[in-house]
Amino acid sequence: MSPGKQAEYVLRTVEERGIRFVRLWFTDVQGFLKSVSISPAELETAFEEGMTFDGSSIDGYARVQEADMLAVPDPATFQVLPMRGDEQVARMFCDIVTPDGAAFEGDPRGVLKRNLAEASDLGFNFYVAPELEYFYFQDAGPEPKVLDHGGYFDLTPLDLAQEFRRKTINVLELMGIPVEHSHHEVAPSQHEIIARYTDALTMADNIMTFRLTVKEVALEHGIYATFMPKPLENHDGSGMHLHLSLFEGDRNAFYEPGSDNGLSKVGQQFIAGLLHHASELTAVTNQWVNSYKRLVAGFEAPIYISWARNNQSALVRVPTVKKGKPSSVRVEYRAADASCNPYLALSVLLAAGLAGIRNNYELPPEVASDINRLTSAERAAAGVDRLPATLADALDRMERSELVASALGEHVFDWFLRNKREEWDRYQHHVSRFELETYLPVL
Amino acid sequence: MTAADLVVHPANPSRDLADAMAAAGLTFSTTDHLEHDGPLDWDLLIVELGEEPLRRLRMVERLAEQSAVPVLAVVDPSQVGLVETAVGVADFVIAPVGNVELGVRVRRLTIRTGSDEVLDFKDLRLNVLTYQATLAGQPVDLTFMEYELLRFFVEHHGRAWSREQLLSKVWGYEYYGGARTVDVHVRRLRSKLGESRASWITTVRSVGYRFG
Repeated sequence: MSPGKQAEYVLRTVEERGIRFVRLWFTDVQGFLKSVSISPAELETAFEEGMTFDGSSIDGYARVQEADMLAVPDPATFQVLPMRGDEQVARMFCDIVTPDGAAFEGDPRGVLKRNLAEASDLGFNFYVAPELEYFYFQDAGPEPKVLDHGGYFDLTPLDLAQEFRRKTINVLELMGIPVEHSHHEVAPSQHEIIARYTDALTMADNIMTFRLTVKEVALEHGIYATFMPKPLENHDGSGMHLHLSLFEGDRNAFYEPGSDNGLSKVGQQFIAGLLHHASELTAVTNQWVNSYKRLVAGFEAPIYISWARNNQSALVRVPTVKKGKPSSVRVEYRAADASCNPYLALSVLLAAGLAGIRNNYELPPEVASDINRLTSAERAAAGVDRLPATLADALDRMERSELVASALGEHVFDWFLRNKREEWDRYQHHVSRFELETYLPVL
Repeated sequence: MTAADLVVHPANPSRDLADAMAAAGLTFSTTDHLEHDGPLDWDLLIVELGEEPLRRLRMVERLAEQSAVPVLAVVDPSQVGLVETAVGVADFVIAPVGNVELGVRVRRLTIRTGSDEVLDFKDLRLNVLTYQATLAGQPVDLTFMEYELLRFFVEHHGRAWSREQLLSKVWGYEYYGGARTVDVHVRRLRSKLGESRASWITTVRSVGYRFG
């Protein structure tokens, strides 16, 4: 389908629907959504030439001397936004190009596209379904105040936020983001919404839309929604388990009838790739100081690099698939959190999986027992390593990774490391409540 | 609009029919095989009852169970009575066939809607000039490909399509996204149509999808 026809569709719809503003969306390197509103009159120019903006004011984009960037809207992502009252507003995701028309290497969406093209060269389409967890709090203040004390799958009256969740899902469905299911999560005030699989680029766009929608619906109800990985010290954090699969045309490349674990050679190599490179890519899938407060024992988050068919402590899980549903054979990567940059996280995960396929990595044996309970000697004997324990640790591993460097490209790789080192340094200066409470009385 | 995909059965049509088709400016292909496993993506099937009318009508009846390809029967004056109760025959012409009448009947059966501008299905309305979709008068916000898929479904409602057929007919051959794209878009369409209308698109096991 020619892009011209898609653009025409957008122009006609904007006219017919009386759309007042079109928001052009793109993402900075840390995954914050950026938006430029344009009027319908500027839309045609935007399609043809892109909209100029100052790239030096976007985190991770450009230095001052090469500031001019162009946002070129992708008409395939055109969507009228529901719930805007009288004002009709639509959005499109953009690709970022430099003034000479080349794809800008600092654009996370461009990074993912490049990685998807590599998968495509090998004959694969990459599909993703995320489970997004988040908390509702009464406000954005520094002391999180929960709305309820509900638990896993709990229903009213404990689950006061059910109504917000239902509204959120309605909006998501109207925006073409089908929801598989949703429920109250384990921690108080914690919720989970599982989106149905789609291709990775659309899913990364969807995750951006999803985060905004959850936050907007909450704001409308005077509460605050957060994807912060670990807001409550004594409860589970919020993760984003990612269900990943590769398809060759109509065929699930991870599935092989009659194999002992239902997994094809490709599926096994993909998992081997994820495990092999897990510690190098964790800085990208878990990019904040706080992300590592979630990856600790006792809260159902993975800590050790292992895989299993049915073991909630494993980093990679191969979920049980209903009989006769080979298309749903997939692998679940459980470390990432929903505050990552989804374009970059999916890029490095795909690159790791493809490296496993290209280099024919051997899949280590499944670890069926609860790894957290093994002694370190037992873990060493089983060849099970630990995920990085802190952001600093993760950055050290990433810095030595050729895989992550090539998946992200030099520009993003360098900026990310520099920015995250600064974040870690700021954190190092901080004297925490833990230290004051533990040390001040006794030292 | 591209020329309709006309198929004539049997593969060796009578001279009379072949000449009339040519004179009416209709291009066609032929087939001897009406038993297909999957859905047929023809626009019209023309069946000459010829020497074995009962057998061919039975095949038409069986075909009607698995596809919604309209059938135009070509009958001898003596066979007209058989058509009265025949299942799956949309219209007929009497041999020897006049090319003007044949042309009119073929076009009647292959025109997709009454109006060029608006397509209706129950309370869904698609305006093909403005690309707008409404449900019970309320606008539905579709992306371009969702719109195109829905339009294709409405234009060809009542018959099953495989994912590959949908991919090539809606997305075009140059699209490499893979047949799963179809599943993804069907899911999105269902979610935008809403719960009560999601069942308009049914999944046909080991075939693909049918609308309506």
